[in-house]
Amino acid sequence: MEPLDQELDEAELEMPTEPMLLNVGPAHPAMHGTVRCVMELSGEIIEHVDVQVGYLHRGFEKMCERGTWTQVFPYVDRCNYVSPMLNNVAFALACEKMLGVTVPERCQWYRIILGELARMSDHLTCDGAMAMELGAFTPFLWMIKAREMIWDLLEEETGARLTHSFGRVGGMASPPTDNLKDNARAVTQHILSVVDEVEKLLLGNRIFLDRLEGIGVISQADAISLGWTGPCLRATGVAYDVRKASPYLKYGELDFEVPVGTTGDCFDRFMVRLAEMRQSARIIEQACQRMADKGPVNIDDPRIILPPKEEVYNTIEGTIQHFKIVMEGLKLPAGEVYAYTEGGNGELGFYLVSDGSGTPYRVRIRPPCFLITAGLERIITGAMMADVVPSFGSLNMIGGECDR
Amino acid sequence: MKNETVALGPNQVVGAPVPRPQRSASVQTYIPEIAKGLGITMKHFFQNTKEMAFGQRNDPVLEGIEDGINCISYPEQKRPYPARFRGVHRLTQREDGAPRCVACLCCSTACPAQCIHIEAGEYPEGDPRRGYERFPKRFVIDELRCIFCGFCVEACPVDAIRMDTGVHAAPYDSREQFIFEKDILMGFPGRDGSRLTGNSRHEPGEGGHPGVDRDKH
Ligand code: SF4
Ligand code: SF4
Repeated sequence: MEPLDQELDEAELEMPTEPMLLNVGPAHPAMHGTVRCVMELSGEIIEHVDVQVGYLHRGFEKMCERGTWTQVFPYVDRCNYVSPMLNNVAFALACEKMLGVTVPERCQWYRIILGELARMSDHLTCDGAMAMELGAFTPFLWMIKAREMIWDLLEEETGARLTHSFGRVGGMASPPTDNLKDNARAVTQHILSVVDEVEKLLLGNRIFLDRLEGIGVISQADAISLGWTGPCLRATGVAYDVRKASPYLKYGELDFEVPVGTTGDCFDRFMVRLAEMRQSARIIEQACQRMADKGPVNIDDPRIILPPKEEVYNTIEGTIQHFKIVMEGLKLPAGEVYAYTEGGNGELGFYLVSDGSGTPYRVRIRPPCFLITAGLERIITGAMMADVVPSFGSLNMIGGECDR
Repeated sequence: MKNETVALGPNQVVGAPVPRPQRSASVQTYIPEIAKGLGITMKHFFQNTKEMAFGQRNDPVLEGIEDGINCISYPEQKRPYPARFRGVHRLTQREDGAPRCVACLCCSTACPAQCIHIEAGEYPEGDPRRGYERFPKRFVIDELRCIFCGFCVEACPVDAIRMDTGVHAAPYDSREQFIFEKDILMGFPGRDGSRLTGNSRHEPGEGGHPGVDRDKH
């Protein structure tokens, strides 16, 4: 006997389906910062995804062309707002490269200490948020508490918790406080204990492992061709760290490792960040040992740095220098420069063009997040809907830096 | 799928691989590891409750780095701001109570948010300061536009503006209340309670001034 539906076309038996469009973001809690993902779902599988950035675009680069070089510092604070100090340092280094000057040793160590603290706060936020989005709220709170300590310390040094505006071309706004070293040591100690505890909590949890292992995998070749840098690239096994590859400040003299992953999945990205915090702690300890307690912080050049206040109050030379710099702005020689440092998320570069006046002609930032977010489409296409959360979380996209 | 770790670049950087997950039997069976994890959380829980119960709670304001509960019950408890904290601006005064500001416009030039508005005025005929310096007829800071960067303090050549009040920008309910005029700005004392400028220079009409001798020539 023949089956009944012999003549029927297969297609007529199926329900007609069309892909479901799902819009996530830009104001979705999992899309930190403001990113919009328009996904085409077939069941739970993402068939296509359109990642749209730019909701936090504030015209940072154009705004910089309005003021003086010094007035760019408040803007760079607001680029990567989880580690603003690294941006301050990067921009100051770019301007100094253009001027062809190097800051005194004490300032270099100071910048390293503050910068590594900022890097820790960046990684604490990313790993904490990633755990929280997968349901582990406790590690998030512990890590945020640890980050609070960093910000308290930075407030003590700079006068503001987040918007430090502390870097200056040719130095820092103020010299280190007397108890910087004690505070930095105490804070890093505490952070290391938090990191250990978080590791104990999470790495034995099968749900956490299952949701990260083998998820959001990217190959080395893809990561390099997309222009990825930082922890996300290192998770694929490429040991590219600007601090090692082309050392700036005093990084060449320090002893630290570059943690790399082996697979390039979310788990590797999580672990690379944890391991980097331990390395940062090592760097801070070494820098604390080597930083002199006394000595100049700013370079000794009246054309770059504001004269000491006592001189401004009481001598005509000081007053004139002061007015020259404040009224006309610091003058960078005409030309262009690209200077790059290791930011919280990767290579943070500034490409500056100066026409020799006191106002930037062009400021271009190379935000690591922008290029990393460009790879989001590749790592979540074909994945399950629920995998978007850890994949996106592990990229640590920072809206201010990505959209500028 | 394992990626090679190779030495990279002229500096031959070799990475230190991070561990992969250890899926031991106790991890795979879920329960034992979860119990351990809960143990860690409960340890914190009981420690915190014990501290509460016995009143051993550390002072969160001063001991932010200690273990335990570090909640600050604002506004009953307030965190003391560090010495460098950039708070609401104040205008410092001379010994006679006049503003130290000489209306040089340095601060409003350096301000990246362009939130300082100054109208300069001349001292009246016969005042020893006339022709020597000016004073601010109006000095307005829009504390809503201000980004608390501190550039104005750095730019002032006579120590007339400071941000050492130790007061953070307070919330108000209308925009007008954020426009701080000269008298409000001069009303704030510094942290040490002083309103005087720290400028060591003395101007005409003040004790300690050596006198203007250009009139004699
Ligand atoms: S703190 Fe910055 S933004 Fe505020 S008034 Fe001073 S210079 Fe302007
Ligand atoms: S506060 Fe200082 S910088 Fe501003 S106008 Fe007065 S004297 Fe000049």
